[in-house]
Amino acid sequence: MSIGPEYYVVLSAVLFSIGVVGVIARRNPLIMLMSIELLFNAANLALVTYARVWANDAGHVFAFLVITVAAAEAAIGLAIVAVTFRRTPFVDVDEVSALKG
Amino acid sequence: MIAFWILAVLMVASAVFTVSAKKPVYSVIGLLANFVCLAGMYLELQAEFLAVIQIVVYSGAILILFVFVIALLSSGVRPFDVGPDRAPRIMIPATILAGLTLIAITVTALRTPSAVVHTPVGVTGDANAFGSVGDFGVALFTANLLPFEVTAFILMVAVIGVVLIAGDDDAVTGSRRKPRRPGKRESIVKDTVAR
Repeated sequence: MSIGPEYYVVLSAVLFSIGVVGVIARRNPLIMLMSIELLFNAANLALVTYARVWANDAGHVFAFLVITVAAAEAAIGLAIVAVTFRRTPFVDVDEVSALKG
Repeated sequence: MIAFWILAVLMVASAVFTVSAKKPVYSVIGLLANFVCLAGMYLELQAEFLAVIQIVVYSGAILILFVFVIALLSSGVRPFDVGPDRAPRIMIPATILAGLTLIAITVTALRTPSAVVHTPVGVTGDANAFGSVGDFGVALFTANLLPFEVTAFILMVAVIGVVLIAGDDDAVTGSRRKPRRPGKRESIVKDTVAR
């Protein structure tokens, strides 16, 4: 690592912020899911950075778990989007209000 | 050093492109670039195994899933890519929130002591160097065996959930194409719950 870990963590924070904007501001469900993937990846980058800083493999294992959870989340989220879209075609998540209290 | 800055600029640009793209397909392209650059970043951080996993799982599996769902949804009655975004109104609070997040994380990161940055961890490419497959495997199958098994359980639950949600649309959700047979869906749902 020829460059300080702060740079990696700040890059991870920048990516996380971009993902947050995507989740909040976009109304397209697929783009929202992709922004969530961005969030996962930003967190992973920080985990791997600190694993390298402390020369400890636990960070790698945890990033591995995060990747698994991200895969499961993407599969289930896309299944929900597909099923909901099949029932009532929508392009804006605010249109889906069947479960609104 | 140079590699870091190139990858960082590419990653930020592709992330912005992903979030701001008009159509989901363009977002997938941006996300692909982001994931590949992140794999390069992992290599630079001596996480070889994770870099390969990143390519295989994210770029290979998850993005293909996204592409398939976009393709399936776009073949429906109206194009899926014309999402009316309420961007101008909600963009400001979203950006403020994200900026606060950024500042908080940055301040915390810069305060963290980084005394052990230059810990020697072996040469990248060695069989048992830090982050190699052997090293990662030992860490995964000894100290972290239980989390690994939980991973398998999570994946199994996800598979079952996806099959239940999206698999048999007649049984679980009711099909749009076939005429609805009243009573059948309710009985099947009740049957599923009873089981």
